[in-house]
Amino acid sequence: MSAPRRRAPLARMGRALVALAPMAWLGVFFLIPFAVVLRVSLAEPAIARPPFTDIWEWADGVLTIILNFGNYLFLIEDPLYYTAYLNSIWMAASATLICLVIAYPMALAIARAAPRRRPMLLMLVVLPFWTSFLLRMYALIGLMAPTGFVNTVLGALGLEPIVMLQTDFAVYAGIVTGYMPLMVLPLYATLEKLDDSLLEAAHDLGAGPTRAFLTVTLPLSAPGIAAGCLLVFIPAVGEYVIPALLGGPDQLMIGKVLWTEFFNNRDWPVASAVAIAMLAFLALPIMFIRNALGVKE
Amino acid sequence: MKRRGWVVATGAALGFAMLYVPIVIMMIYSFNASKLASVWGGWSARWYGELMANDQVLEAAWISVKVGVMAATVGTVFGTMIAYALSRFGRFRGRLLLAGMATAPIVMPEVVTGLSLLLLFIIMETNFGWPAGRGVDTIVIAHATFCMAFVAVIVQARMADMDESVEEAAMDLGARQPWVFFDVTLPALAPALVSGWLLSFTLSFDDLVIASFVSGPGASTLPMVVFSKVRLGVSPEINALATLMIVAVAAILAATMLRGGVRLSARRAPPPDQL
Repeated sequence: MSAPRRRAPLARMGRALVALAPMAWLGVFFLIPFAVVLRVSLAEPAIARPPFTDIWEWADGVLTIILNFGNYLFLIEDPLYYTAYLNSIWMAASATLICLVIAYPMALAIARAAPRRRPMLLMLVVLPFWTSFLLRMYALIGLMAPTGFVNTVLGALGLEPIVMLQTDFAVYAGIVTGYMPLMVLPLYATLEKLDDSLLEAAHDLGAGPTRAFLTVTLPLSAPGIAAGCLLVFIPAVGEYVIPALLGGPDQLMIGKVLWTEFFNNRDWPVASAVAIAMLAFLALPIMFIRNALGVKE
Repeated sequence: MKRRGWVVATGAALGFAMLYVPIVIMMIYSFNASKLASVWGGWSARWYGELMANDQVLEAAWISVKVGVMAATVGTVFGTMIAYALSRFGRFRGRLLLAGMATAPIVMPEVVTGLSLLLLFIIMETNFGWPAGRGVDTIVIAHATFCMAFVAVIVQARMADMDESVEEAAMDLGARQPWVFFDVTLPALAPALVSGWLLSFTLSFDDLVIASFVSGPGASTLPMVVFSKVRLGVSPEINALATLMIVAVAAILAATMLRGGVRLSARRAPPPDQL
């Protein structure tokens, strides 16, 4: 580092502006909204515009604060909500695991491919990620619908059609294919750095390919596995598009419950409480992934 | 060294098949003359014609392009400012807060982001009269907020690779800020800014959930229109739309890659004798 420079007042103002402008933006459009959600989650629904009660009242010089924890109690009492939470976590976790099992050989194959070919293979992984997520989920409908491609082929072969759409299977297929690139890329990043001489050493010491993989490659790729799994798991828990398009009408996932509570039932306080509870649950994995993404300090 | 190459190769082929089979089948069906998905009515470009005559889709696409360009531009400017402050200002008050706020939107569930911003807009409207109603403006604000987070990550990574001494040399030679930034730093950051802008535009163009929350009547983005059509089942017009979008993205991605603009792997090339 060079010695601190003496800065002209104009340059100091410039620096302050560069840091303060995005801080102000994120403060207003990111931080304050969460305070608002918290506040609405403690209100009661009302027939008004906006449809919830005030939590403070200023009358005759007395400030009255009415906090309504009923929305949170409701989340605990009504089995709909905790079933939806548990179901979301369960489905997201198992889909993440399936995704890992499928993505790992892809990442390994790319890392072992000739260096000339790697950019092309990586582009094939990234390309779906850059195309519309919504349209890729829609493509799955075309594949799995009762009169879709798979059932048309089965029919042509004289076989019975299979019900795929509006089942758990369809939701798993959606999460796995939808988030696959987010799993492959961090895996590839760690596998690509893997020192080949370690595998050769394992081989020389008598380890077979399976043993070498289990004792060398797999443990050394742990950071990539952790990053990939979190990148898939976190958005999958709160997913709305996939259960709405591919899942059945009675499929409970928390993102869909929040959406329905807000748009269909117009119960904003309960929707806010659902959001706060979702964040409380996801806080830990989110902290982990932020560290993995390399947020300094 | 002998490895169980075929296990890996089979697994990888399965993975790529899962990514591409649905897309390829959809692209083929977009040329199906029949309206029914189960019947192959021969090759036809009929649905592309109907798509081009569908005013609702075209209008929504235009709104999405406008929103995407504005959100990506605001996001790139602010994201670059965040990255610059975080990687060049050393310690300053509020650094931790800025770093935290800048990465959180990336990992926030979309439904939560959408709900929180809508509640904010409504409360602001009741208390200050702004924003009056919701539409393109509010979608741009919401999208720019998560775009700047992605841009900040990309630009910060690029700045970490950059040699700071070039900027210092410029200052030693008498150049002053902000000219050092515009003459030296910015050109070196250009590839990262381009990828950040493109990623931002793509994310904005693709967003359904957040836009559905913060949009108002009269401002339906393309994903919103697509979603309302797709909920009712497979539509040949949407097959055509999806095909066009995928071909466009593939062309842009291939072009930037060939020009070396987007570097997917920044690893050193192996010595020529190993190739």
